[in-house]
Amino acid sequence: MLRNLQVYSTLTQPFRDPWGFLKERSRNPELWINLVVIGGAVLFLLSKGTGFAITVGTVFAIWAILAVSLNLVVGFTGLMSVAHIGFFGVGAYSMAILTSDPLYEQLRSETIPTFALPFFAALPVSMVMAGLVAVAMGSILNRFRDDIFVLVSFGFAIISFNVFLNWRELTRGAFGIHAIARPAIGGWEADGKLEFLLVALVFLGIVMLITWFIVSSSFGRVLTAIREDEQAIQVYGYRAAHYKMAVWVLSAMLAGLAGGLFASWTSFIDPNSFILLESILMVAIVILGGLATIWGSLLGALVFVLLEEGMRFVPFIPTEHIGQGRQIVLGILLVLLMLFRPQGLVGRYKL
Amino acid sequence: MTGSETEMYGPFALETTELSKHFDAVKAVDRLTISIPKAGMTSIVGPNGSGKSTLVNLLSGMLPIDGGMVIIDSVGLKVVKAYDTPSHGLTRTFQEVRLFEQISVWDNLMVVLTTRKWFSALMERDKPSYKEKTVEILKSVGLWEKRLDLALNLSYGQRKLLEIGRALAMDVQILLFDEPFAGLFPQMLEQVKSILKDMKAQGRTIIFISHNMDIVRELSDRIFVLDSGELLAEGDVEEVLSSAAVIEAYLGV
Repeated sequence: MLRNLQVYSTLTQPFRDPWGFLKERSRNPELWINLVVIGGAVLFLLSKGTGFAITVGTVFAIWAILAVSLNLVVGFTGLMSVAHIGFFGVGAYSMAILTSDPLYEQLRSETIPTFALPFFAALPVSMVMAGLVAVAMGSILNRFRDDIFVLVSFGFAIISFNVFLNWRELTRGAFGIHAIARPAIGGWEADGKLEFLLVALVFLGIVMLITWFIVSSSFGRVLTAIREDEQAIQVYGYRAAHYKMAVWVLSAMLAGLAGGLFASWTSFIDPNSFILLESILMVAIVILGGLATIWGSLLGALVFVLLEEGMRFVPFIPTEHIGQGRQIVLGILLVLLMLFRPQGLVGRYKL
Repeated sequence: MTGSETEMYGPFALETTELSKHFDAVKAVDRLTISIPKAGMTSIVGPNGSGKSTLVNLLSGMLPIDGGMVIIDSVGLKVVKAYDTPSHGLTRTFQEVRLFEQISVWDNLMVVLTTRKWFSALMERDKPSYKEKTVEILKSVGLWEKRLDLALNLSYGQRKLLEIGRALAMDVQILLFDEPFAGLFPQMLEQVKSILKDMKAQGRTIIFISHNMDIVRELSDRIFVLDSGELLAEGDVEEVLSSAAVIEAYLGV
């Protein structure tokens, strides 16, 4: 009752006392961070035109799904994993193999199995495959904690890249897989860029809802307790290993979904998209945006994608150095953030 | 020794038989056999390094047992899993208070009330009964005003109270307190004492470790004195504390 009253009074405050509300809110740095990031993004995209905005939006949606799913593991449960790129890759390759056009494949000397499934049939398989790989990985990772956990997950990231590169009967190695299907329902196909953006944003929304469902449940609260003191929460009757495994697999399935979307969007994938560095960038995005908050992961992904796509407009950097340039900027940003705002942009948990 | 488990192990809340734990060459608990009766307050005392905390860690499954057996509420266990202890009706607090630092006081209590199985927990939102229980405990330990603060912002005494509140919320019959009175100023000391007395009045079994002999004399019905991982004395408080062996172990005379 008391809590409800409190919620009610916070909700009505802007109407009863608008000036006081603004004054109070303006002292909160999170409001300014949100304004600067979102305002900056909108202005920047407006100045560059619709086509660019659509591309940036799609890349953002895919990174945001990844960041939100990784935040479940890193931010809420406190498991610092750099193996997430493996699940993204498994999702992408599942989508590629299941939907790749057989006609295109016949032109190649080295053939791989093709199924020519539609996008929406392949996407659940992408998620399930990522989940199955996560069960295998998780049963080993569950034995480790803290530093050793990071090291072992590092090992898994390297292994998964090498599997993508060398299992040529399935992935065609460095040559990659072409002609991956676009999302299509009935007669409608998301072949245009705008249509794909819409599909990606819908999936981002679904992933945010699923994540919110997870973290707002009793399960989610136990995850945060595991993050804070895994041994202590066991004394209260929770089997931490089961919880960690469950969130690990759920998170991997969402990453697999992002992988499927990514493969469909680029319509061509090769192992270079699934190197360890991408996994570290993913962790960087999650920490940048803020741990243990869904909104933070969105902000983190937005900042990262704007940096990535925006660097090419910086006049004095030669094109071939753009890639390194954005890594340097991201690196500097992370160092500054850890110095002055260790919880990230809008984080709920400090490392 | 025939019949059901209950008959086998008698009417004790907690027993150990030949319980052993060693760290390399050091025998922290050495073939210890004790029986703690149901209800009432039992204290475990002994000099530093006598194995009190190790004993509590063995009983609560925080450390693996090297030898012997633990019998909790008439159920004999050679391996104690920490996550099973609440279902045997046992919970504990820690000498170094272990809170879930970066979540709120409210959530620190709510988290021990919710469903244990992960899938049911995933489908479960906060039930009114959990909230009522949390409000009740927050008020009884005097932390209602602090409910929205992160646990890491609490003072030392408030941290102790929150941990005791968490044990209270568990609604189990056997409670192990590892030095609940250490480092508290008098007013809070009285508060913790009265919480323990209330629990005793409810018929629960309270077992606590303390170095404060005045409190031990005041509260406990029964006392166990450990020294070098072995049982030195047990029984009535005054009798034990005035015995020569105990005085020697404590004062080294």
